[in-house]
Amino acid sequence: MSELKEFRIGDFPVLAEQRYERRPLSRGYNMRTLKVDVGSRGVEEKPVPEDMKKRFVGGKGFGLKLLWDGTKPSTQWSDPENEIVIAMGPVCGNTNYPGSGKSLVVSLSPMTGIPIDSNVGGYFGPYLKFAGFDALELTGKADRETIVLVDGNEGVVRVLGVPEGLEYDTHLLAEQLTRSLALSPDPADLQAVAVVSAGRGADHSPMGLLNFSLYDKRRGGIRVKQAGRGGIGTVLRDKRIRAVVARYRGVEQDSNGAADPAAVQRIGLKLHREIVKNDDRQCKMRKQGTAHLMEVMNDYDLLPTKNHKYGQDPKGPEIASWVWEKLLTQGKPDGCWFGCTLACAHAVDQFELQTGPYKGQKVCVDGPEYETAAGCGPNLYVYDTHGILEINFYCDTYGIDTISFGTMCSFLMECWELGVLNAERTDGIDLSWGNWQGAAQVLHDMADGKRFGVLAGKGVKYLAEHFAKEYGADAQLMRDIALHGKGLEQSEYISKESLAQQGGYYLTNKGPQHDEAWLIFMDMVNNRIPSFEQKAEALHYFPMFRTWFGLQGLCKLPWNDIEPADNARHPEPNKVPEHVQNYRELYTAITGEGLSPEELILQSERVYNFQRLFNVRQGHGRRAEDRPPYRAMGPVLPDEYLAREERYDKQLREKQGLDPAAMSLEEKLGATRRYRLAQYESLIDAVFKRRGWTADGCPTPEHLREIGMDLPEVLAVAEARIAGKI
Amino acid sequence: MIKYLRTIDEQCVGCMTCAAVCSRLYAKEENPAKARLLVNDLGANSFHLVACDQECRRCVAECPTQAITVAKSGVVMIDKKLCVGCLACVAVCPIGAMRYYPGEKHPFKCVACGACAKACPKQALEIATKDEGEKA
Ligand code: SF4
Ligand code: SF4
Ligand code: SF4
Repeated sequence: MSELKEFRIGDFPVLAEQRYERRPLSRGYNMRTLKVDVGSRGVEEKPVPEDMKKRFVGGKGFGLKLLWDGTKPSTQWSDPENEIVIAMGPVCGNTNYPGSGKSLVVSLSPMTGIPIDSNVGGYFGPYLKFAGFDALELTGKADRETIVLVDGNEGVVRVLGVPEGLEYDTHLLAEQLTRSLALSPDPADLQAVAVVSAGRGADHSPMGLLNFSLYDKRRGGIRVKQAGRGGIGTVLRDKRIRAVVARYRGVEQDSNGAADPAAVQRIGLKLHREIVKNDDRQCKMRKQGTAHLMEVMNDYDLLPTKNHKYGQDPKGPEIASWVWEKLLTQGKPDGCWFGCTLACAHAVDQFELQTGPYKGQKVCVDGPEYETAAGCGPNLYVYDTHGILEINFYCDTYGIDTISFGTMCSFLMECWELGVLNAERTDGIDLSWGNWQGAAQVLHDMADGKRFGVLAGKGVKYLAEHFAKEYGADAQLMRDIALHGKGLEQSEYISKESLAQQGGYYLTNKGPQHDEAWLIFMDMVNNRIPSFEQKAEALHYFPMFRTWFGLQGLCKLPWNDIEPADNARHPEPNKVPEHVQNYRELYTAITGEGLSPEELILQSERVYNFQRLFNVRQGHGRRAEDRPPYRAMGPVLPDEYLAREERYDKQLREKQGLDPAAMSLEEKLGATRRYRLAQYESLIDAVFKRRGWTADGCPTPEHLREIGMDLPEVLAVAEARIAGKI
Repeated sequence: MIKYLRTIDEQCVGCMTCAAVCSRLYAKEENPAKARLLVNDLGANSFHLVACDQECRRCVAECPTQAITVAKSGVVMIDKKLCVGCLACVAVCPIGAMRYYPGEKHPFKCVACGACAKACPKQALEIATKDEGEKA
């Protein structure tokens, strides 16, 4: 890395400053949030009322509640009153239970217009919590580049200006801020600084992300984890916030103020031991991270290949987990928060870049995680690990979501193959399958806000319409292969052969992101949920259960990417019952409150329904918006059908009683399509019914009363939608 | 050179003098659960003494805050100021030499000070040295 200019704290002009009273956390809560308006430079402390704690619990629940209160039904993502809320949750910040350092970030999304939420590691969230706040609301629009600094030791919030020469791209900016704002160059002081930032890409594309840093003592530099989905980085930059920084030194075993610290230790140690013993035999997270999934997905025809057209390729082994294991630096405790022994946050060190503004420099690449390796790998028909890593690095530092970027680029490449795009339309970029340099060029153009990158960066929903209108592309085909829901690009699993997973992706609040439900194996491979009712039950339980991680500030991975050795013997192994029990005990150990399995689901259900009604309030949240593009449901093109002809023919025979031998390819495609679309409609009916929603997808007032989400303003939205008024 | 506490199980009679001395010295109370070494009663008058071998360093590699380091003497030490109490070190220790006491913020281990060796009536413990990589 080239020499970075270093600043002193005095180089950052203080635009506003407010002191606050420091007080220790009690039972996982501060019962106080912080609001910073970068437009008026106002800093406000807000108490958390008991009722808010009871109904919204924390994390994503607090985030959505604060966002609801801070915005209006008419608020657009780029309005000053749109907020970015970073919230943690009561369990977040304990150092004993693996996966306990997550921040939940919510905002009105530039991609979907409705609330997005993203779950991210790094030290910022826990530090903010120990500084004294359960959430941070960022609102307003600054008239100049701004930094918000929360110092938890001093008890002060500062709104700072930006000195000349401060970097934009995260790998430089976060490093620079860490060194400039640390109290001393002592590694412990460097580790006490956590930075949230985006990058130049987020200035020019709605798919901007937030990087959350952590200072890695062993590598002697910063690492970053991403709040990737839905464009929150774009909102940050639209507010002209260069970075948000938390400083806190003095994390201890019981900084979280647990009701029963010894129980927290006991439950955490139990999982540490399970991980140390079983991980090598199970997912190898400690060596490979989530990239361990690559060959599994390829083997099961689930690895997105050429814009989700196919699910496997003979080249699959070239990017298998063992290949990544060799590239990822081994033997480092790569947790994204202290105490995560699952430690999946690996990196490739000393990686020499071949393109772009940092060409020739050696950098540390955070990742790749599975989604990036898949979405920017086989999905682009790229099997060159260097290419995947280069895109990974630049996406992060420019502040661009690798999932949206991968799905967007694969769409562009398919359009190139179909002749919709050509060199003239891409400003000379060759977007043939496998050409990672072409993809990287699109990315550099996005960061520069120039040329083809500006158009490409708008995302597939926009591009599909644009290509039909401007280039005369077949509008239906464009809609079919543009993989998005509600405007958000789909993440990286093939959902075609699993109806339940189509629901897992598209019957979601924020758009097709796999964090609500991952049912492919349960549904397609193990056939455990054959009926619509069973699928609907799974599409109730898993989204609710997984929402709970977001209320608590927890990572999902230590729930089922490590399992007790005897898990398979349980009647419901997919739920990993022993770990659910751990979570309930952990919650009680921290908050001092009991939690039955039913109440755990209810906590989530309240927030889940609230989020759905938030969508409704913003004029969305309708059944029609929960339908996937056909590429996510079945074969769009003739060669796509032919590649799996045996499978599809068999389904025509067995499921529809048709004779494929007597049908033309076109007829077979049509019959398959009609059948699958109808199946999906039946699935929606079953799921909405199970969730207590109307046929159009609106939670009913009765259901809201039943689950305890019967706030007057929430009921009013449901009633207005049902009465046809919104 | 690595300084360490050598344990000679055959000589141990389970009198617990070592644990008492150690816990009094480091925990200011007589409580074997707080001793930096462990006397395991295997039954039939046979005992197994556990103390850090100062050599495997699995805990050193695992500690997220680098609170565990190797001193010049070769002894593996915990810096409490840097420790966040995650107990990852306890989980990775292959012999159970890294210990903790429920509700206390930091784990603890033998630092080869030799207080127990001096007190042991049966010479079951002694401070010894070994070269890097050489097993005791
Ligand atoms: S499993 Fe990975 S992502 Fe989850 S908390 Fe641990 S290191 Fe972070
Ligand atoms: S408990 Fe302390 S010494 Fe042990 S690994 Fe955690 S931080 Fe390091
Ligand atoms: S405490 Fe355990 S893990 Fe650490 S060096 Fe000693 S024996 Fe090894």
